[in-house]
Amino acid sequence: MVHFTAEEKAAVVSLWAKVNVELVGGEVLGRLLVVYPWTQRFFDNFGNLSSESAIMGNPKVKAHGKKVLTSFGNAVKHMDDLKDTFAELSELHCDKMHVDPENFKLLGNMILIVLATHFSKEFTPQVQAAWQKLTAAVANALAHRYH
Amino acid sequence: MGFLSAEEKGLVNGLWGKVNVDEVGGEALGRLLVVYPWTQRFFQSFGDLSSADAIMSNSKVKAHGKKVLNSFSDGLKNIDDLKGAFAKLSELHCDKLHVDPENFRLLGNVLVCVLAHHFGHDFNPQVQAAFQKVVAGVANALAHKYH
Repeated sequence: MVHFTAEEKAAVVSLWAKVNVELVGGEVLGRLLVVYPWTQRFFDNFGNLSSESAIMGNPKVKAHGKKVLTSFGNAVKHMDDLKDTFAELSELHCDKMHVDPENFKLLGNMILIVLATHFSKEFTPQVQAAWQKLTAAVANALAHRYH
Repeated sequence: MGFLSAEEKGLVNGLWGKVNVDEVGGEALGRLLVVYPWTQRFFQSFGDLSSADAIMSNSKVKAHGKKVLNSFSDGLKNIDDLKGAFAKLSELHCDKLHVDPENFRLLGNVLVCVLAHHFGHDFNPQVQAAFQKVVAGVANALAHKYH
């Protein structure tokens, strides 16, 4: 189990409180699809993903990004129990969606980068460290039920 | 086509022209040591690395970060032959410094975060995609002479 110190939890929670989940979620997923184009294979039915502006403006991308980041919000509430929190989603991503777990790390990196672009004052090294630890732990939790 | 398209080169050079290489270097190395604390093992002689504040204000960290990023900057001038540009440094990191090449990817990630933090929304998805390609290319070039 990953152990988060009180300071790390505080750093995560305080930044999360300022995140516009809808906006940031859409941007995170959009950037994943732009920067790592092979990830588009999971979203064939999302319509136009033919260019950066198409992807970033695509309403299905925004909606799904919001869904993904809302789910990530659960991680913030259950930082001491990530494996159980994400057990069902882990099985889903393995059994139904067949997503290579490496992609969870890539999405985690995207979250960090989007937070960095949005929060010039708050994204200190300590905040970055806490969030890097959280996204890595969520990626592990999502991979945990893979078989 | 070389390593980057003409458009990608334009985006990278356009952003890089606005980067204070000395300052960003110190920040990137500092954040590496904070976010991935095991990397501190390569810098035992740097003095006080006992806290995030100590690391970020450490003068040896800043000086070395400046050196690292100036070397990265030189590499950018040879973007179509990164393996050639970083051949000697690759040998040095393997034979003398014994640095696990995974750390080059970590530094690349941190650099992307620092650029995102500094440039905010100017660090748009296309710029990010081009930069991620560059840092991956540099990391590969630095690993290329490992044996």
